[in-house]
Amino acid sequence: MLRQRPLLVEILTAVGLIAVPFVLPYLGFTPTTINRILVWGLFGLGFDILFGFTGLLSFGQSAFFGTGGMVAAYLLTIVEFPYVVPSLFVGTIVATVIGYLVGLIALRRTGIYFAMITVAIAEVFFFVEFNPLSAYTGGENGLPGVPAPALYLGFTTIRFNTDWSLYSFLAFWYFIGTVLALRIVRSPVGAVLRAIRDNPLRAAAVGHDIHGYKLTAFVVAAAYAGFAGGLLGVMQGFMPPDAFMFDTSGQLVMQTAIGGAGTLFGPLVGATVWLYLSDFLQTTLHIGATWKLVLGVIFVLLICFLRRGLIGGIEDLLAFVTGARKKAEPPEEAPVAGVTAEDEQRAAAAEMVREPAIAAMPARHRETDRKTGAILQVKGLTKHYGGLAANSDIDFTVNHGELRGIIGPNGAGKTTFFKMLTCEIPPTSGQILFEGQDITGKTVTDACQLGLTKSYQINQLFNRLTVRENLTIAALAELRGKFRLDLFRSLKRVAGLDEQVEHTLELVDLVDRADTPVSDLAYGEKRRLEVGLALATSPSLLLLDEPLAGMSPRERVETVLLLKSIARGRTMIIIDHDMDSLFELAQRVTVLQEGRVLVEGTPDEIKGNSKVQEAYLGGVHGVLAAE
Amino acid sequence: MINWANFISQCFNGLVLGALLALISSGLTIIYGTLGVLNLAHGAMFMLGGYAGWVAYTYTSSFIAAVFAGSLFVMIVGVVVERGIIRYFYSRPHEDQLLVTFGLGIVFVEAVRFFFGSLSKAVPPPSLFQGITSLGFMVYPTYRLALLGIVAVALLALYVVLYRTRIGMIVRAGIEDSVMVDSLGIDVYKVFMLVFGIGAMAAGFAGIVNAPVVSIAPDVGEAILVQTFVVVVIGGVGSFPGAILGGLIAGEIISITSMFNPGYAYVMLFVAMTLVLVLRPYGLLGTAGRE
Repeated sequence: MLRQRPLLVEILTAVGLIAVPFVLPYLGFTPTTINRILVWGLFGLGFDILFGFTGLLSFGQSAFFGTGGMVAAYLLTIVEFPYVVPSLFVGTIVATVIGYLVGLIALRRTGIYFAMITVAIAEVFFFVEFNPLSAYTGGENGLPGVPAPALYLGFTTIRFNTDWSLYSFLAFWYFIGTVLALRIVRSPVGAVLRAIRDNPLRAAAVGHDIHGYKLTAFVVAAAYAGFAGGLLGVMQGFMPPDAFMFDTSGQLVMQTAIGGAGTLFGPLVGATVWLYLSDFLQTTLHIGATWKLVLGVIFVLLICFLRRGLIGGIEDLLAFVTGARKKAEPPEEAPVAGVTAEDEQRAAAAEMVREPAIAAMPARHRETDRKTGAILQVKGLTKHYGGLAANSDIDFTVNHGELRGIIGPNGAGKTTFFKMLTCEIPPTSGQILFEGQDITGKTVTDACQLGLTKSYQINQLFNRLTVRENLTIAALAELRGKFRLDLFRSLKRVAGLDEQVEHTLELVDLVDRADTPVSDLAYGEKRRLEVGLALATSPSLLLLDEPLAGMSPRERVETVLLLKSIARGRTMIIIDHDMDSLFELAQRVTVLQEGRVLVEGTPDEIKGNSKVQEAYLGGVHGVLAAE
Repeated sequence: MINWANFISQCFNGLVLGALLALISSGLTIIYGTLGVLNLAHGAMFMLGGYAGWVAYTYTSSFIAAVFAGSLFVMIVGVVVERGIIRYFYSRPHEDQLLVTFGLGIVFVEAVRFFFGSLSKAVPPPSLFQGITSLGFMVYPTYRLALLGIVAVALLALYVVLYRTRIGMIVRAGIEDSVMVDSLGIDVYKVFMLVFGIGAMAAGFAGIVNAPVVSIAPDVGEAILVQTFVVVVIGGVGSFPGAILGGLIAGEIISITSMFNPGYAYVMLFVAMTLVLVLRPYGLLGTAGRE
């Protein structure tokens, strides 16, 4: 939504901000309320990047809001530094640095731990501001006398000291804030943040340093909070100490949830509703302090019934109203008869082009094609869970260009073996050499960056994103490395990204479904996307954990063909229970049983091996004998 | 120069506060452990316990009646909230659970403010425990000594329920793996309701027995909630012994720091929490995977 017509959103924001003074007063908004809405909206832009886009719910944003505001106000009042905007920037920088330090601690954990830690840290800031630092912050009195901003033009000076002039000042900064936030959201970093929100494990597994990106989001949110805090002081001419209070963080969270998280404008909408209602309930209905009770009830109801906030609700309503028409439209492919013929031709051409296209997979791992010898060497790999030995003393070697199959009865330790190879779990003992490099003890992210990744037995997709976005996330990891701060670069300007995504779409045959959200895909399609995610990182060694699991016979045939085409010029190891398919695909097969390598050989050797037959059939006798 | 009598008395204060925090945190942590929901309204439930007790006290002038009223009322609120709202959130993201319980907390606080005003209310200690007691080396308010005993008994009762009864065994199994408990044919949702009730009751009970020490006001739960978080982070989420250990540590840190400068109490709490997070990320007595 935010992405399709980039400049449109910016222009609409500008038009909206210009229109506000001519419209909102007639709806009962006072200029002061409008100004407060803008400050909260700006505060919320950063928070939405943290919460709505990255999925990190912080209840401690007051710490940065207060810090930014206090530093700016301190400079402007006690130090008597005369320039407002530079003071705001200094406040923002201090808040950013503090955000970085706090983030280092709070992001050690995720989920509810993260929420609790942010609450606790914000409370520390509140007490420090009130007591030990009261000489600088005015303690419970705050800092009065913050000057209005002024613009020195040489011949004249514009002072923003009336409500509406202040509005233009705030609106300007809100606009800048929106433009920057939109760029961040549309950048590769923004894409990765959304991936972290949807599935942090997979985001790490395709090669992104998710801790670094979470910290980035946290710092960005702190910067926005710091600047907004400074604006609060400037707007009121007074920096209130309650900026540090838990209520501030809570109000921000509630406004964002009311407006709709993950939309950037949600916090602004939420602040509008919140502040308007609070004004209305207090001054028009004269219900005094009860306004907060009413808002609390409204908030709880909204959370219960309108999951995506007001903006989400409006979107759903629009989709509902226009939905019927959309469905009636024919699919894009077949609008006119002539085009259909053309399409068929193109499809046929694509079919023919397909093989060369695969051979021309552009990736840094391609040079490994010409390599010979072992790509993966495993020595004495062992994994114990307490007293249970999942894998014992496995020696295993795979050569460049090989397609290896792994079979074994349930509980043979196949998946555990794969998890250790991709560094998802550390082995109890043993060593893993990938392309001659010891990767034992590395992280799953590093393993993927080196060119070793897997597709999961149970789909691990980014469910709220489209097929194309999913593959983009994976391809970005390969093209940009595990961490890069290209916050303001457009996704379109990442060299080679589109080619890689398109190519992978073709490989896994999802071109027609590219812009479909994952949640709308059929199971077989999800399965192919699962393989596609691994593939889009251009691995030199690809592990596939039961790629055929749960598929219909027809889907199996298709997927075997798909795997064959992928296998060209690539080294792969496949686990599956479908032996016919596996024997057809693999050049060599390793049989695992009870965590050990039972036997290894060509499919024909394995088929005729008496030990293997015993492992699959004799296991029953073994159990019976034991009983 | 440290005044030793003062120091020991502060240590006692820390013990009392710690025991109280341990009780409240136990409630929070068993709810989280079993249901997977972090109840941000837990502080408000502490406050509700105080008010319900105060109402009962003004009618009956009986402290015992106040304690019963405070605990039972909050337990009922817990069960109603779980049945009416929380259970629809089990399948929703953690963030939604945080938001809805946060909202409920505000509704509770503001509802109390609406009915009882913002001014604080006092519940006097029962006549048996009024005055001060000489311990030989120092004198100490009798009710605070009694409070230590009362809370210890409550914790013991919670321990007995959790570790010595069938239902407690189910609750502890639910903390480890509630899906598994469900597949064993136990109605896990009934257990959830019960746990939410017991957890809320722990907060409500703490709220009323603490009322003679710190007078009650609508926002009294907020500070408690923050301290409870620190306790749970230090002790380890889902761990009952962790809540007790964490509670005592937090209580002593707050009290002893306050002796020198109350402004630094939270800073020291935070330092302790950070140390634990760095050295033992899952808490002192917590285990991995309860997140």
